[in-house]
Amino acid sequence: MSTSTVDDLVESGSEYHAGFVTDVESETLPPGLDEDVVRYISARKGEPQWLTDWRLKAFASWQEMREPKWAHVHYPPINFQEISYYSAPKSQTDGPRSLDEVDPELLRTYEKLGIPLHEQAALAGVVPDPAAIGTPAGANVAVDVVFDSVSIATTFKENLAEAGVIFCPISEAVHSHPELVQKYLGSVIPQRDNYYAALNSAVFSDGSFVYIPKGVRCPMELSTYFRINERNTGQFERTLIIADEGSHVSYLEGCTAPMRDENQLHAAVVELVALGDAQIKYSTVQNWYPGDENGKGGIYNFVTKRGLCAGPRAKISWTQVETGSAITWKYPSVVLRGDESVGEFYSVALTNNRQQADTGTKMIHMGKNTKSTIVSKGISAGGSENCYRGLVRISPTAQNARNFTQCDSLLIGDQCGAHTFPYIENKNNSATVEHEASTSKVSDDQLFACQQRGIETEQAVSMIVNGFCKEVFRELPMEFAVEAGKLLEVSLEGAVG
Amino acid sequence: MSLLSVSNLHASVVTDEGPQPILKGLTLQVNPGEVHAIMGPNGSGKSTLANVLSGRPGYTVDGGTAVLGNDPLLELEPFERAQLGLFLAFQYPVEIPGVSNMEFLKASMDSLARARGEEQPNTATFMKRVRELASSLDLDPAFLKRGVNEGFSGGEKKRNEIMQLLLLDPKLAVLDETDSGLDIDALQTVAEGVNRYRSSDNGVILITHYQRLLDYIVPDFVHVLSNGSIVQSGDKSLALELEAKGYAWLT
Repeated sequence: MSTSTVDDLVESGSEYHAGFVTDVESETLPPGLDEDVVRYISARKGEPQWLTDWRLKAFASWQEMREPKWAHVHYPPINFQEISYYSAPKSQTDGPRSLDEVDPELLRTYEKLGIPLHEQAALAGVVPDPAAIGTPAGANVAVDVVFDSVSIATTFKENLAEAGVIFCPISEAVHSHPELVQKYLGSVIPQRDNYYAALNSAVFSDGSFVYIPKGVRCPMELSTYFRINERNTGQFERTLIIADEGSHVSYLEGCTAPMRDENQLHAAVVELVALGDAQIKYSTVQNWYPGDENGKGGIYNFVTKRGLCAGPRAKISWTQVETGSAITWKYPSVVLRGDESVGEFYSVALTNNRQQADTGTKMIHMGKNTKSTIVSKGISAGGSENCYRGLVRISPTAQNARNFTQCDSLLIGDQCGAHTFPYIENKNNSATVEHEASTSKVSDDQLFACQQRGIETEQAVSMIVNGFCKEVFRELPMEFAVEAGKLLEVSLEGAVG
Repeated sequence: MSLLSVSNLHASVVTDEGPQPILKGLTLQVNPGEVHAIMGPNGSGKSTLANVLSGRPGYTVDGGTAVLGNDPLLELEPFERAQLGLFLAFQYPVEIPGVSNMEFLKASMDSLARARGEEQPNTATFMKRVRELASSLDLDPAFLKRGVNEGFSGGEKKRNEIMQLLLLDPKLAVLDETDSGLDIDALQTVAEGVNRYRSSDNGVILITHYQRLLDYIVPDFVHVLSNGSIVQSGDKSLALELEAKGYAWLT
């Protein structure tokens, strides 16, 4: 652990770091949702008719559906007519032609968020010199920035284009690569998959689109920073990543939101498609505003993420570190359709104060000799509730499928809760399914052992918790691993008297 | 000036049935350069003394004082006592899974340096020093990458404590039955480490059941603790006498 993180911890107090609002003029649709709003959004983006129809079909489905109530979370009913479904920074109306045209206020926002310097340079359009940066892992990061609802800056495009990689806002891909978008949009998560996916399909704002051509190893990590920045604006990103046969890509998603008093709904959809022998690694660090210590405010994070291993030997790996949001409802899943395909889920979910998380994964084995690994680390502190909910389904066709699941819960204090809901459906006798679970507490003896060597209480807790999460952290790209450790530290402030 | 001055210390252990008095007016003075052995039957309060001095949760101080140098200890947080130079070698070192020994030691060194306004050690120099110490105590350097005490044998855990003692170089070391569970080779290694640590500036409190440790670490004073206070003090010969006669004649 470096000292600077300790100093930051001491200095930071218990304030939420990213709690500020950027002053950018926005064009925001009045609250409310009906067919006209869906048409407006589609028209604003100049979408082709098929997509408008696709949205309307989703909206029709959504109207017939009910909000899911099975998760172990509690919150007052959401009035979907009180939410505004479209917001774009005004300076965007004409569309920035280059990064010089990007509102400097936005760039300052990223500075405040502590986006690493080399990524700011990337935002400013400067191609960093790897030698000057020192960390090869950090040198090649392409950032597609979603600021509120519209992607305003996409960098490294040229380098990526050389490799044939498409990395752009999905709103742009609709126009530049309509055949790919039409073929794959909704192919993993159909419009009526669930209530929030249907809502997203109707009103999605923007998000990332990635296509890696056959046999290409993406030359850099792709990264998107999300922020929710408009009062009362739901945010409905839509991300679609397609890895063609034999290709590789690693995608990083980092999130942070300004401080808010009212709850904000966030219902994103992320679809991944890995064709034969392709590999997708999707990493998330999420620290949206969790609400204050009494549970006031905070983001409702109701996200649908799913990947499809469409061909043989495809591999999809989800790694997530979740410390934010008032309520989290999220199950990044993998459908293992291709024979010998591999699904992985590595998760750290930390809740403190009044946060509630119901998160886990689904591994759907369909192909022969498919393999999945689930490692989930839940940390509960304060008065929070932390649930792991996972499904391992072995279809009759999944000969010799294997799953290994490990769910560990760590409790800090005696006011919090940890729950594990593992579902296993095995319809094939040749399958092997293993499940291990443990629950432990940060023990007084461990804390005292650290303190007796001069280590202060909060650092000791953070160190013990980081140790608990090590198996997941080592799956993260290096720069994310550092950020993740720091996030845990900040999120655990005050967790131990 | 004395290094540690404990005066009329009363302390209880917190149990489900309420506080139970253990230390009943213990007085002890350790001067720089001295090794004090504390012996006594089970339940006499030996480990309680170590725990109360270091501020372990689960004990209450009912009266008396303990001063390290010029600093009264008993109101301080455990990490503050450590930062002032009090070191406890644990009787049962705990495992901290996932936190590597090296990481733990660096965090400790950095915390101590920061608290004392000293420069934090250079990482390369620090790691070299740790590796040297480890091999001098017959610890496989590979253990430094493993979790703190994770999967260590009893002997390895105790040698790890002594390595930390040598690395952190505190003013006062309290060794709580460091010899328990050690075979004779490990005992010699541990004793050799403690002897290396000894200097005219620091002090050692050696809590032990057995005389045999004192064959290797020769104490300046031997105290017999019984029913929460020191009932007899002497030099090394007292330990031999106890070995021969047991504790009964004193209690």
